Amino acid sequence: MSEQKIKVIITMVGLDGHTTGAEVISRVLRDAGMEVVYLGVNQTPGMIVNAAIQEDVDIIGISAHASNYSLIEDVISLLRGSGVHDVPIVVGGNVPRHTITDLKAKGIAEVFAPGATGDEIINYIRANARAQNERAA
Amino acid sequence: MNALPDPGEITNALSSDSFRACAQLITAIERATPGLTPVLQVLYRGGRGNRIIGITGPPGAGKSSLVNQLITHIRRLGKTVAILAIDPSSPFSGGAVLGDRLRMMQHSADTGVFIRSMASRGQLGGLTKAVGDALIVLDAMPWDYIIVETVGVGQNELDIMQLADTVVLVQTPMSGDDVQAAKAGINEIGDIYVVNKCDHNEADRTVRFLQSMITLGLHLQPEKIWTQPVVKTQSVSGLGIEDLANHIDHFFSVMKPDTPDMRLRRRHRIAYQTKGILRDILERRFHDSNDQQIENSIDAILTRQSDPYALVSELLAAQG
Repeated sequence: MSEQKIKVIITMVGLDGHTTGAEVISRVLRDAGMEVVYLGVNQTPGMIVNAAIQEDVDIIGISAHASNYSLIEDVISLLRGSGVHDVPIVVGGNVPRHTITDLKAKGIAEVFAPGATGDEIINYIRANARAQNERAA
Repeated sequence: MNALPDPGEITNALSSDSFRACAQLITAIERATPGLTPVLQVLYRGGRGNRIIGITGPPGAGKSSLVNQLITHIRRLGKTVAILAIDPSSPFSGGAVLGDRLRMMQHSADTGVFIRSMASRGQLGGLTKAVGDALIVLDAMPWDYIIVETVGVGQNELDIMQLADTVVLVQTPMSGDDVQAAKAGINEIGDIYVVNKCDHNEADRTVRFLQSMITLGLHLQPEKIWTQPVVKTQSVSGLGIEDLANHIDHFFSVMKPDTPDMRLRRRHRIAYQTKGILRDILERRFHDSNDQQIENSIDAILTRQSDPYALVSELLAAQG
């Protein structure tokens, strides 16, 4: 009966309305024993950051299927600007290879491209979410 | 796990209404971080007695959307509100999808609104204690209203409503006939009844069932100063929300803190909260599989050299 549940935000950003990926991964993470705060569509970077602070989540997952990468960069800078440095942001979706490199250079911890398995994502989150680091400390 | 700052520091952080301090404290409550008790004790004693509104009802009744509309109304009046939205954990994986926030997203950028989702996590004492503790934290901050929302299925989630000053029970049309309305349980706990999705052509019938259920019992409790109203709402459009908000405010003006009804309620709440903490302490000990003493006692019970009552005495004695 572990109470160190990993808490995750799953969200889209901007006008990206492709919810299926986000809904599937929410369910996968739930079944892996995580607590998923599902924010849904039409989220501004500011709304995502506010939710991350109020929900005190351990990791943020952005589902991206609309090439709105500058908004994802805004989430990074807003979150870090609010003094939250220990919560990684990951992205999942049909992200081109060169964009993956760009996003990682700008502070996205990991990008899960098409073909990534549920287990890969679960294992990554378990190893890298904030709660995990705190427990090791 | 990082150590908690001292109670004084936390009180200061909360009174300068820092959302982050509040959010982190609620996480510490969920994770049962050591050292939390003295902090909660200080916060409780300095509590403001904010108005706590409980909202419950069956899944899909429109509770979160209703809360969303209530937030809009409260903000229009220039008042602030904190929301604690509780969703069930999976009994199988222990995970949860917390979707209440989704319905309240238009308030996500508003600094007069704090929204926190919590998973119910399935333990009997655990949820009571966690929600009670989270309310202690929110009550240390200057909110005009605090809203607690739970799915009204399962004794656990219904029970939580005892932590609220007033309970809004949300139902939908077609949720059953007069016999359903007369059944014991969920129908008894409301202070204000809401029939949501009231554009449905069965809405008036449901309102009548609820009204007759309420008036039928009235003569049995002549000393009651509050009679439950039935309010029709439509979460999607906001229809009836002002009416609901007025009933809530009316409740607080009738059930003042010094009335016998409210005093009794608050005494019940303290007893309920205390029982939650007590149960949590005992259950926590019991679920700790590393506790060799308990394992040994269970071995002894298995071979009938001891019995469950002896173990209970042992556990109670160990708590001093």
